[in-house]
Amino acid sequence: MLLVVEQSLNGLQFGLLLFLLAAGLTLVFGIMDLVNLAHGSLYMMGAYFAATFVAWSGNFIIGILLALGATLLLGIVLEFVALRHLYGRDHLDHVLATFGLILFFNDMVRLIWGPAGLALPLPSWLTVPVQIVPGVFYPAYRLAIIAVALAVALMLYILVMRTRIGMLIRAGASNREMIGALGINIKLLYTLVFGLGAALAGLAGLMQAPILTVQIGMGENILILAFVIIVIGGIGSIRGAFVAAILVGMIDTLGRAFLPDFLRHILSSAAASTAAPALSSMLIYLLMAIVLVARPEGLFPANRR
Amino acid sequence: MSASLNARNGIASLIVAGLLLLPLFSQLSGNVFVLTLFTRIVIFALAAVSLNLIMGYGGMMSFGHAAYLGIGGYAVGILAAEGIGSGFVQWPVALLSSALFALVIGALSLRTRGVYFIMITLAFAQMAYYVASGLSRYGGDDGLTIYKRSNFGALINLSSRVQFYYLCLACLFGGIYLVWRIVNSRFGMVVQGLRSNERRMEAIGFPATRYRLVCFVIAGTMCGLAGALLANNTDFISPAVMYWTRSGDLMVMVILGGMGSLFGPVLGAIVYLVLEEFLSQVTEYWALIMGPLLLLIVLFGRGGIFGIVGRLARG
Repeated sequence: MLLVVEQSLNGLQFGLLLFLLAAGLTLVFGIMDLVNLAHGSLYMMGAYFAATFVAWSGNFIIGILLALGATLLLGIVLEFVALRHLYGRDHLDHVLATFGLILFFNDMVRLIWGPAGLALPLPSWLTVPVQIVPGVFYPAYRLAIIAVALAVALMLYILVMRTRIGMLIRAGASNREMIGALGINIKLLYTLVFGLGAALAGLAGLMQAPILTVQIGMGENILILAFVIIVIGGIGSIRGAFVAAILVGMIDTLGRAFLPDFLRHILSSAAASTAAPALSSMLIYLLMAIVLVARPEGLFPANRR
Repeated sequence: MSASLNARNGIASLIVAGLLLLPLFSQLSGNVFVLTLFTRIVIFALAAVSLNLIMGYGGMMSFGHAAYLGIGGYAVGILAAEGIGSGFVQWPVALLSSALFALVIGALSLRTRGVYFIMITLAFAQMAYYVASGLSRYGGDDGLTIYKRSNFGALINLSSRVQFYYLCLACLFGGIYLVWRIVNSRFGMVVQGLRSNERRMEAIGFPATRYRLVCFVIAGTMCGLAGALLANNTDFISPAVMYWTRSGDLMVMVILGGMGSLFGPVLGAIVYLVLEEFLSQVTEYWALIMGPLLLLIVLFGRGGIFGIVGRLARG
């Protein structure tokens, strides 16, 4: 029972983290129609910036705020230099160009920070276990991730649904020519949206950094998960991304935690120990395949035209 | 038009002649490495040619094509590990299992379009990757060493470098010939018609999904052959062959060379792998140059190298 609570919280935390990554991806995808494989690189850069700035400033909060700013800036520069020239091009061009960017970022990180991973140590006030219900302790840092991610999700919702900028973003998603004709600076809007997505990816990366090590290629596996999420949720739909992210986070975490035991009940233990790791890694892809076969446009198809 | 066609044909003939004469050059110069490198290139070229069939002509952007490399390779590796060394068993199994996999994932994936198709093929390839990682009997994550190459009796000796190279080359040329025949057949016309305007083709009465599926299975089978060759070439097969970045590499080769041109993928494979080899000798950080190069090719070189050549010839 204790384990179930703990693993469910882990799943929620992982799902929320995935949401931060997927939200940026789905915004860029839904509004600029850009397939950005390099989104995972921004996630990685967020983690590297955080490790560097925290070590440099000696303060965790200042370090991660600096890292967040740096990722935002990097995103804007990236959009300005390279990606804005790809809008309106074929999706395949996006895949090729941003695949090149992944290669570039991985080697640049190797050049600057070296091939070995970095660690991002937590300050002592975040390492204490917190008693959430009597008898159940949970790491404070993971609770902090849940709180921050929920707050960001709420802010994102308010930004997109309740502000003028958000209105323009939604308008740009449904008809870019029209909003341009109405005198909105669409280029600036796109740059802002991309920067926002980059900052969200960086935030996900730097929050994940203390739990895992900061290393090259850390963005690639999780990028695929983020893509799975936006495809399940329906491309361009933030609400869909939220639901799908929680779903994927839960299924992935709970699958890894409980599938081996479950399989041991129905299979011989040798067969179970062989099948369980592969099957639990496959679960979310299976989920995606089922969703796509049943609903080829995802759970919450956005901006139907 | 004819000038650009001539330039393209010129390049294609140069590629064919160069690939045919390569072992001779390797023998005369005593440079064994170039033969090893080009054996690898020819195998990947075959995989790229098969991807081009569905991507370039069929408009199906598969992001999971490396899965067949792994399936073909694992068919050879697993049979070898179980003591069945005959190529006459191994290779048909490799082809059949790739075809079967393509049939199943094609039937499901082809229900979707566009980016969703890119992503669902990716998801299936990742599933295959995790299945292979879970095969603890056959090495799991670490991969499987193949101690003896496929045995074809007196017909051909795969352990001979030159013979193996020519076998790979024959498979590549056979693949290109097959694609050429397909593209110019009625079947190929239908598939290309579906790429241009699916709704119109269906209105005329062609069952879109069935035509696409057949094309998808042919491409998968062809890539499974490349997988069997690859496993024999490296004497080793591991899940890494199926990882999504490998599928990305194959896509890059196709687009780099020129999508929807017969020899484009071959040229793309040569340029990509030679560049990778060359840059990694110059600097440890070869991707630092390769990455931006890809970006520049996308931004300024539409239609890949073949497209650029065509435009230059036209003036």
